[in-house]
Amino acid sequence: MDFFKLIDQLSEVDADVMGRFDSRRAVFSSLGTAAKRTALAATPLFLGAIFQKAYAGTTSTPVEVLQYALTLELFEQDFYAKVKASSQYAGASATDKAAIDQIKGHEDAHVALLRGAITGLGGTPVAAAPFKAAVFATLTTFNGPVYGTSQLGIAQLLEDTGVRAYKGRAGELLGTALLTTALQIHSVEARHASKIRQMRGQKPWVNPGDDAVLHPTYTSGVTGPTSTTTPFGYGIPAYTTASPTENNTTQSGVAITTALGATYTTADAAASFDEYLQAAEVLDASRAGGLVGA
Amino acid sequence: MSDNLQPRGADDTTFAQPLYTPIKRRSFFMYAGATAGATALVLAGCSKDSDTTPTSSTISLGTGDVGVLNYAYALEQLEAAFYAKVVATPATDFQTGELAYFTEVAAHEAIHRNFFKAAITRDAPGKLLQDLTPNFTSIDFTKRLSVLTTAQTFEDLGVAAYNGAGILIKTGAYLVIAGQIVSVEARHAAYVRERLAINTFSSSPQIDANGLDKAMMPVDVIAAAQAFITEKLDASTVGK
Repeated sequence: MDFFKLIDQLSEVDADVMGRFDSRRAVFSSLGTAAKRTALAATPLFLGAIFQKAYAGTTSTPVEVLQYALTLELFEQDFYAKVKASSQYAGASATDKAAIDQIKGHEDAHVALLRGAITGLGGTPVAAAPFKAAVFATLTTFNGPVYGTSQLGIAQLLEDTGVRAYKGRAGELLGTALLTTALQIHSVEARHASKIRQMRGQKPWVNPGDDAVLHPTYTSGVTGPTSTTTPFGYGIPAYTTASPTENNTTQSGVAITTALGATYTTADAAASFDEYLQAAEVLDASRAGGLVGA
Repeated sequence: MSDNLQPRGADDTTFAQPLYTPIKRRSFFMYAGATAGATALVLAGCSKDSDTTPTSSTISLGTGDVGVLNYAYALEQLEAAFYAKVVATPATDFQTGELAYFTEVAAHEAIHRNFFKAAITRDAPGKLLQDLTPNFTSIDFTKRLSVLTTAQTFEDLGVAAYNGAGILIKTGAYLVIAGQIVSVEARHAAYVRERLAINTFSSSPQIDANGLDKAMMPVDVIAAAQAFITEKLDASTVGK
């Protein structure tokens, strides 16, 4: 296979072909590492996979996936910045303050990392995704019993949403080096979610006994029309059908409660697997989308 | 790091020092760095077993996506067996709520193990990894600190394993499943870390300066886990 001749031929029929590949530079860097440990004989197979990626689903490039991740991180970063500037935080214990500081530090690091990655791939990073000040003002307690009016209650919703959101886009980074980074952020968000839940006296995992179990964070679907263009300027995949809800007990067609050679409760079955959300669901007005703004 | 391993509150008086020392040393290997830890454990394995265990008895986890699934199945077998024993013979000094917690986690890990067994049997008939025999002789199940420290080791290792294996997976559906499980493992990890030392849920060096969790490749993970598994496992072809 003459790889370069093939690209030339593609350029003749598709003037944007080089742009497509440029935006997928990460795929090529992934190929570099793959090639090192793979026999040359297997290379045509890898190239086939890359062509499939470059031309499949033009609504979503790796840069757009990173922009989406950056949006979520900016949103969380601004939320925790508002928490740290509040009188409620000032009145919290030193231990609780330290927990919030640790989490905020990670969101700062994620923002910096994603900005750098997007810039490195030739994109212009999303500038801001602020948490609505008017909504924040209704969070009258640091860690009160009502999740909807407590800063930590909303923090739990944001972290659990983040965990679902990263899961929803990982498949688009299949086989790329960017996937590993996304997964490394994803599990940190899950650690944050676990800690916030412990601070609130909730179980570390999503379960039917949560006080916020009925919140849209733990269900799925959208409440309004969807678009493949976000208010932040980048594209997202078209919304198809509602994602599984967090109380899902069937994974990969396997009924977890009854089909595993032992009987498990629906609570254990649901808690054993976190669920994903599509971008359109995360950005829906009922979830993060309704909380972003000036 | 030492803060993670300090007993808290009443444990100071009831804590058994002879037990604490080996646990602490093993944890050091886990957290001194993946490579250092893996190397140390590999070397330990060689010096102990090279005379008695012929190479031919090594069990390969296989290749490609099935290899990744069997790799996850091996780790989930280990975790499930550990928590089953934690619940069957609870530590005498568990604090309030800890046994109830471990009972739920035992169910989660048994579900993960049985799920992989079902999925591999369905998707790759005849390729299922055999049942493994855990070696928990280094764990004192009667002591809370030993249980929590081992749980932290397993959960952090599990998170690093799934994070590192993601790039080896070629089938999108398997990647989604791995993602659905790894975040639950991370939730577990953050809980046991908080029981051992407050605000270590995502502290350095587990999380680096870029805010990233660990990601380890299969051979390094299996090298770290091998001390707890009787059979010799070969993860060198996983995902290839």
